[in-house]
Amino acid sequence: MAVISSVVQGVQVLLVVVLAPLLIGYVRKVRARLLRHRGPSLLQPYRDLVRLIHKDAVVAETASWLFRVAPYLVFSAIWVAAAVVPSFAADLPFSRSADLIVIVALLGTARFFLALAGLDVGTSFGGIGSSREVMIAALAEPAMLMVVFTVSLLAGSTQLSSVVAYMSGPDVGVRISLALSLFGLMMVGIAESGRIPVDNPATHLELTMVHEAMVLEYSGRHLAMIELAGSLKLLVYLSLIAAIFAPWGMAVAGQGIGSYLVGGGVYVAKLAVGGFALAVFEASVAKMRVFRVPQFLAMALMLGLLGTLLLFVSRTL
Amino acid sequence: MSLGALLLAGVLVIPVGAAAVLALLSSYRLGSRLNILASLSTFGVAAALFRVRPEPGLFLIVDDVNVVFIVLSTFVGLTTSIFSAGYIGHELEVGRLTPVTLRFYHAMYQALMAAMNLALVANNVALMWVAVEVATLTTVLMVGIYRTHAALEAAWKYFILGSVGIAFALFGTIVIYMAAQSALGEGLDAMAWTVLVSESARFDPALLNLAFVFLLLGYGTKVGLAPLHAWLPDAHAEGPTPISAVLSGLLLNVALFALLRFKMVMAGNPDSLAPGPVMATMGLGSLLFAALMLYRRYDIKRLFAYSSIEHMGIIVFAFGMGGPLANFAGLMHMTMHSLTKSAIFFTVGHVAHAKGTQRIEDIRGLTQSHPALGWGLLLGTFAIAGMPPMGMFMSEFLLVSTTIARQPLLAIPLVLGLLLAFGALLTQAMGMAFGEGKRGTAVVPTMLYLPEFAHFGLVLVAGVYIPPPVVAWFQHVAELLG
Amino acid sequence: MTAELQFDVAHLLAGSLVLVSFMLLYQARMYALLNLFALHAVVLSLSVAWQAYIQGAPHLYVTALIALGFKGVLIPVSLHRIVQQLHIHRAIEAVVGVGPTMLIGMGLVALSIGVVIPVTVETDSLAREDLAFALAVILLGLLMMVSRHNAVSQVIGFMSLENGLVLAATGAKGMPLVIEISVAFSVLIAFIVIGIFLFRIRERFDTVDLRALDDFRGERRLFRMGEGLDTVELPAVDDSRGERG
Repeated sequence: MAVISSVVQGVQVLLVVVLAPLLIGYVRKVRARLLRHRGPSLLQPYRDLVRLIHKDAVVAETASWLFRVAPYLVFSAIWVAAAVVPSFAADLPFSRSADLIVIVALLGTARFFLALAGLDVGTSFGGIGSSREVMIAALAEPAMLMVVFTVSLLAGSTQLSSVVAYMSGPDVGVRISLALSLFGLMMVGIAESGRIPVDNPATHLELTMVHEAMVLEYSGRHLAMIELAGSLKLLVYLSLIAAIFAPWGMAVAGQGIGSYLVGGGVYVAKLAVGGFALAVFEASVAKMRVFRVPQFLAMALMLGLLGTLLLFVSRTL
Repeated sequence: MSLGALLLAGVLVIPVGAAAVLALLSSYRLGSRLNILASLSTFGVAAALFRVRPEPGLFLIVDDVNVVFIVLSTFVGLTTSIFSAGYIGHELEVGRLTPVTLRFYHAMYQALMAAMNLALVANNVALMWVAVEVATLTTVLMVGIYRTHAALEAAWKYFILGSVGIAFALFGTIVIYMAAQSALGEGLDAMAWTVLVSESARFDPALLNLAFVFLLLGYGTKVGLAPLHAWLPDAHAEGPTPISAVLSGLLLNVALFALLRFKMVMAGNPDSLAPGPVMATMGLGSLLFAALMLYRRYDIKRLFAYSSIEHMGIIVFAFGMGGPLANFAGLMHMTMHSLTKSAIFFTVGHVAHAKGTQRIEDIRGLTQSHPALGWGLLLGTFAIAGMPPMGMFMSEFLLVSTTIARQPLLAIPLVLGLLLAFGALLTQAMGMAFGEGKRGTAVVPTMLYLPEFAHFGLVLVAGVYIPPPVVAWFQHVAELLG
Repeated sequence: MTAELQFDVAHLLAGSLVLVSFMLLYQARMYALLNLFALHAVVLSLSVAWQAYIQGAPHLYVTALIALGFKGVLIPVSLHRIVQQLHIHRAIEAVVGVGPTMLIGMGLVALSIGVVIPVTVETDSLAREDLAFALAVILLGLLMMVSRHNAVSQVIGFMSLENGLVLAATGAKGMPLVIEISVAFSVLIAFIVIGIFLFRIRERFDTVDLRALDDFRGERRLFRMGEGLDTVELPAVDDSRGERG
């Protein structure tokens, strides 16, 4: 029993890394199709990663040890987060450490190091990117925490496995606080993973880039790590949304291989739906000006706050 | 239908019917006469209600608390309609009003009377609220009737602030219903004053407190308590003078009456918040604020508008103090203020016509150019400032003495406020009455002075002698108020 | 249908009303504001209709219909036309920025929940929840009236305030029909008055920006004329006093 769940846990750890570039490729493809282009192939991100790994990593002379270490740190932090969020199976060995606050902390650590790395080389683009990123984070984290509060007040715990268990149970009912938290989390996810309308992942114009500006100096394998980390971050947010707000179909321990396969399939389907919705949203909205991003995030914060407040008028509290 | 019920119906139906007819009548002369006639008949019916009362119903009631107010309201309505008949002649001459507007004006006047009467006789809390709302809306329309910039601003401000106040009052009404409903069950019983007052000990005190806060804020706005008074000076200054008289003399009283009813409900429940201290504080605050503001006024109507705020502050303070003597003083003050203030506004209206301006510094030497007006204005100011032997002196004296006896510390701001107001009003009035007269433009026929001098006469008499039945009534109601 | 699900749906609808009130707060464009107000009325009528269903009070369906027809359709359409015909300037400026306004709004929601819930311990939970949200909507409507300079948006703020009152009235179980009459009545009269005023203000000022009205106060603020004149109050504008006009 323990062996099977450890194996399944290992599968999850690997699965997320494998799926992340595919997710990015899928989102790009759908968006291109919506815009009536053919779009790059679904496997293009893999090819990009392989290409980058084979290239030399050119490092500026003014860079310190942090610059070299940061990509690995960022990647590992986000990988850990992605590995513990319940995706296709609940109650896996690592799930005890899958606490919402831990996930927020891991993502925050990754962001911290990335911002430092952006500042490290001393170019102005790096500085712009880092400052904008941190500005976004300053609002996105409180919003995220509000969502966490709402959800954990309802579920009675911040542990993701308890949350999943509560949300798939019958007690939940129709709750507006959850709806508001869902919107808040989606907005935060868009902001944090650097998608339109907050940040354009494909731009390199000074006026518009946030994430890209921070990583402008990276090349070769470092850049590959960072790109992979970026796609993993999007995966983390989508998995979080799926786990908290749409937890059905997850395999429970001890029901055999079949249930794991079904769980896996459902998970991939959820990712597909999420990615599709993201692509549709990106194709229909223009990117916001940078100084409007705080308003966008303030909205997310308000939604989260309102969701928490409304809980106090509900029947259980 | 019993005679009482018929009379009650009359006091409501006559103004409504008159409003309808006046809206259709095109001749303004006939309209002003019909206005007077309708007011006279309403007054007659109301006076008869003193003797003959209908059975209390769930919607309408005539009891000790409201009967004198009904008579007072219809009486002041009558004298104001007489004043208005003379006033509009001059306004037409200078072109500030047109015959078409006058039709609207007369119809709204009677509608206002109807709404105020309904508010006074309503037994159902929501019905009273509706009546106060209609009264507010009619006065808003009338304040804006001149269509000048200033009038529109005043009317808009009045509308916004009044509507917000009304909304808060409705919320308070709903909460009171909820408090009553949990004890009495659903239905009309939970909304009737008589039932609410008698059963209030059974209500949830927390809900009553919540309700009272909103009701105080809501109806307090309509009473003009500081800091909710912002609409009052502008509305008085920019509207036609008869409306200023009715606003000050009657509408403020009606709103205060509503507050009093709710205070009675609160008083019946021993666990609920004591409304007294809050009301006393707000009353004192209004008094001091208004007394200070009186010194810097440049417009005569604004001056007396602040005086209304001051007096409402005194009355609310009196009812906040509670106890039979303070309540008696408050009730007397309400009556005296109603009569005196409307008389003052009549005089002010004539003064403004005579001198062609409302600015105080342009009004000088009234006793020389228009002696009756000048001395009348002085007399009115003496009355409103509380000089003996006018009626207001009596009520203020009672209030001060009972405050000194019970809460000596509070007597200090009270007396201070009274003295400040006294000084300001007298200074301004003397300035207007004496001094070198600048040429007045209009001659005002002396006949038109009848309404204000009738009021002054009543106030003077009341200062010296009040008939025993009236005293007994005041005392009885003072006890009921708790 | 279980009691819990009934409560949850009522909670959902009332909470959405609060949410839409928030959205009304930050609108900067007139047409968006009017459309959102229509949405506000629709959510209100849904909420009232749901209450009618749970409480078994058929007269509340009438209230829901009145709210829907009148405030959901009639008033937005008419205001749309008024804005078009009078060429009212279509951007709305706020007194304070959007951020502080939203924060204050949040504070008001927290305040209303904090005031109503402890006070209503003995009443049934549905009524409590309605009352708390109704007060929140009322206070948000008030905030909207206070934080805008534009007459149309002040009017919208007032009407959203009235919507909150309707919600409160339906939450109070069994309130007799008089309330429906009174609320509908006030809506009707308010609209007439609003209409008249909007036309008159536009007629007089060529704008519905209320700051233009401020200039014509009877007694001007001291600091408008600059420093040093702190003991003299300026005279009123004379052209509106007693002359031909």
